[in-house]
Amino acid sequence: MTRILPEREVVVVGFGWTGAIVAEQLTDAGMDVLALERGYWTDTSTDYAVNNAQDEVRYRYRDELFEDLSRETLTFRNEVGQTALPMRMLGSFLPGTNVGGSITHWNGQAWRFLPSDFQARTHNTDRYGTGIFEEGMTVQDWGVTYDELEPHYDTFDKICGISGKAGNLGGEIQEGGNPFEGPRSSEYPNPPMRMVAAPLKFADAAQELGYNPFPGPSANMSQAYTNPLGVQLAPCSYCGFCEKYACGNYSKATALTTIVPALMRRENFTLKTGAMVLRVEKDRQNTRATGVTYIDTEGQEYFQPAQMVVLCTYITHNVNLLMQSGIGEIYDPRTGEGNVGRNYAYQAMSGASVFYDDFAVNPYVGAGALGQVIDDFNGDNFDHEGLGFIGGGYIAQWQTNGRPIESHPVPEGTPRFGAGWKRAVRDNYNHTIGVGAHGAVMSHRNNHFDLDPTYRDAYGRPLMRLTFDFRQNEVAMSAYLTDRVAEIARAMGGREVRVNPMTVPYDIAPYQTTHNTGGHIMGETPADSVTNKYNQSWDLPNLFLMGAGNFPQNPGYNPTGTVAALAYHSMKAVRDQYLANPGPLVQA
Amino acid sequence: MRHAALPFLLAALAAPAAAQDSNTWSTMERGLYLFRLGDCAACHTIDEDRPMAGGLGLPTPFGTIYTPNLTPDEHSGIGDWTADDFHTAMTEGVRPGGERLYPAFPYTHFTHVTREDTEAIYAYLQSLEPVMNRVPDPEIPWPLSMRTAMRGWNLLFFDDEAGLEPAEGKPDEWHRGQYLAEGLAHCSACHSPRNLLGAEKDGPASYTGGVIEGWFAPSLRSTEGGEGIGDWSEDDLAKYLRYGRNGHTAAFGPMAEVVEKSTRWLSNADAAAIATYIKDLPYDAPDRVEMEEVSADDPVMQHGERIYATQCAACHGIDGEGVKNQFGRLAGSSLTQAENPLTVVRMVLEGARAVPSDKYPTPHAMPAFDWRLSDEDVAAVTTYVRNAFGNAAPAVSAETVAEIRE
Repeated sequence: MTRILPEREVVVVGFGWTGAIVAEQLTDAGMDVLALERGYWTDTSTDYAVNNAQDEVRYRYRDELFEDLSRETLTFRNEVGQTALPMRMLGSFLPGTNVGGSITHWNGQAWRFLPSDFQARTHNTDRYGTGIFEEGMTVQDWGVTYDELEPHYDTFDKICGISGKAGNLGGEIQEGGNPFEGPRSSEYPNPPMRMVAAPLKFADAAQELGYNPFPGPSANMSQAYTNPLGVQLAPCSYCGFCEKYACGNYSKATALTTIVPALMRRENFTLKTGAMVLRVEKDRQNTRATGVTYIDTEGQEYFQPAQMVVLCTYITHNVNLLMQSGIGEIYDPRTGEGNVGRNYAYQAMSGASVFYDDFAVNPYVGAGALGQVIDDFNGDNFDHEGLGFIGGGYIAQWQTNGRPIESHPVPEGTPRFGAGWKRAVRDNYNHTIGVGAHGAVMSHRNNHFDLDPTYRDAYGRPLMRLTFDFRQNEVAMSAYLTDRVAEIARAMGGREVRVNPMTVPYDIAPYQTTHNTGGHIMGETPADSVTNKYNQSWDLPNLFLMGAGNFPQNPGYNPTGTVAALAYHSMKAVRDQYLANPGPLVQA
Repeated sequence: MRHAALPFLLAALAAPAAAQDSNTWSTMERGLYLFRLGDCAACHTIDEDRPMAGGLGLPTPFGTIYTPNLTPDEHSGIGDWTADDFHTAMTEGVRPGGERLYPAFPYTHFTHVTREDTEAIYAYLQSLEPVMNRVPDPEIPWPLSMRTAMRGWNLLFFDDEAGLEPAEGKPDEWHRGQYLAEGLAHCSACHSPRNLLGAEKDGPASYTGGVIEGWFAPSLRSTEGGEGIGDWSEDDLAKYLRYGRNGHTAAFGPMAEVVEKSTRWLSNADAAAIATYIKDLPYDAPDRVEMEEVSADDPVMQHGERIYATQCAACHGIDGEGVKNQFGRLAGSSLTQAENPLTVVRMVLEGARAVPSDKYPTPHAMPAFDWRLSDEDVAAVTTYVRNAFGNAAPAVSAETVAEIRE
């Protein structure tokens, strides 16, 4: 028996980064906001105390911060026509759970996309002609521009206290920053992280080769910071436990360390944990969402009516909720029809390790976004004429960690176990520098989500099915980027270099990045997108979808900065226009 | 009409000048302000849904007593009290009918509260929802169980005639601070040592620190370094009361609750007045001896330094400098160097949680180390922080840690 609860003005589904941003923005506008989170309450001081946060077994290997795949997961295959199998262990990406969401365990690499990234179709067509696009590539423009998002990137930088050095202030190129970035309205709120030896060695080599190194933008704090909400962050202690871990030192900007403490004090905000939303309900005429149905940990089902519903779950779950709720048409790669699930993309990763005899790296002095980067081969920052691909990626030396279980780089030819392996680990642990390329993945008609015909989740719903492989564009692009990585690595003066190219076909088992994108993409018309430029559903105007599911394709950067900027951009439109006149913000 | 109207009216006749506006919005608002300043809810509210219904068991050295129900319930609360009755209870420690209250109720402080102020508090209390809640009788062995015994205690330690002594040449702000600190805020109830009969020590011994709920409430006297809050400015103290934090430390332990329930509501003027008065307390305790620091070569100090570097320095800084308004500064900290190491040892063993406020919403906390540091380790690291960074205080022994850990 489903219990029916009193109506709320706004229901936010999933309480991570975007859930916190949406709730903060709408409670600030005086709205009554209820957030539903499937996980439990967490905060820094209680759950991630500085004397137990750095536990590799507990967090990395026993998945304490990640979602429970025994309740829901997805099935996977590389190609349409193959039979997909359920993912029973976490690998390629690590969806989070609990209050704070996945961002609790991010590294803190806080990027903005290039202005041309938002016009991937028209920009590349204008410069190279339509022949540059691979057959089957479904790259499209976002419907929103960098200039429209800039104020919101700026808001997010200040909420987080991002550490970095501007490369372009209002159109003027700045010494020491990224000369390729879009114009910024203000300098980073905090100075760059204190550099250690490895990134500096990378920067020297890159400089000698004629590239433009700069300190990576970091959500790890280079100094103590108080954000505009009065929430405080402490200086990073460079302990090297960021990605896959929560920060115990209040030194990494996350939902928990920037917004939640201020939000929880607001009387017009309510958070309900242990509330697993199963579907969004809509009216019979298919004109608006009427609320959500959720189940609590005791198995009781509730209908929570709401005037406005905002989906803020992990990318895959936002898409899944649309499919389970029958909102929009599920994409079919055979016909190309339907938009829900279309244009899934990921990230094309490759790298190289430089081994030294004597040079001491001290890898345990690390932080998730402590590094030096070049952006010379990202987006359209270089001439693609004759290269056979579009897009690119940044190349970086991040000194993120020297965690003892996870981190033991060894040269090529080392035995996989036994005394020889142990010796190699001992000899190389403190004498290895990794360089990586973080490449874009362009969308393709065969990469998509739909519902699995065979497997079901613990709630009886069909599992979502992911079909994905790297396509010709990624293979060519990644090969090109990996060559650039190898050149720089060889210029870094080590004894030997081991190159780690991207492996094809894509394998979902090994960890790569947690940067899944697409599936409910934004765009200019309902014909080729799920949401308009304000992340508002074309189908149900009182339904909004946050997150990287809105990305039509995935540029060569980490997505978080853009995810947040899109959320603030959406909420500004809601506050300024939608609340007074609830209806479509863009006329189709 | 409320059921309390009749006695209230009688009271109003008895004290017409003060009572003329007793039932107005502004009186009740003022009553609420004073009620918070007295931190009444700390003892009289145990269930937020039934505010002021009493029933909290207070363990005293003589047995457990239960706080009374102050809601206007006629049978179990103070619904049938007059404003006069309330004033007498507040200022003389005597209930209607002559029954004497135990001095766990700080009437030795509230005796300084003016009639106008008790009247406002009374008006506020009478506006609460009446709750039927009979609280248990005190569990105090004879002869103290005879409330008449309190007559003797009062003879020794309480003079309801003694007013606050005006100090010549001190500004109005100082006098306002004295009135609040000595009266409703009853600061010295925790911050003064007590004698064997549970009475606060007065004179030069007052405000030199006391033990409360197993925490050491530090000295409020302003000495040079070491004990006291000599390194705090008046503004630091006012900020601490208003926001639970200043550049030196954050409120934790029982004081966190005091800030949360009471002092954060202080007006800026009253917080400044209390700070003016407290910071002007003279320091003339006779038994103070200059501390000599434990030598850095001492093996205990070296052990402590290693623990400090690996367990503490990430937040408190390698030089004990802390992070302003986030992580406590240990260098020069009076609390760290307090002669009684109770608080610093408890902080290491149990951790502590700062109280979040609108100004500082981040709920910073120090984690507990009892599960990973032995008594010897805790003794070494507390000895270290008490004697590094220019600090000086007596060493802490593993036996002391073991006793506190119990």
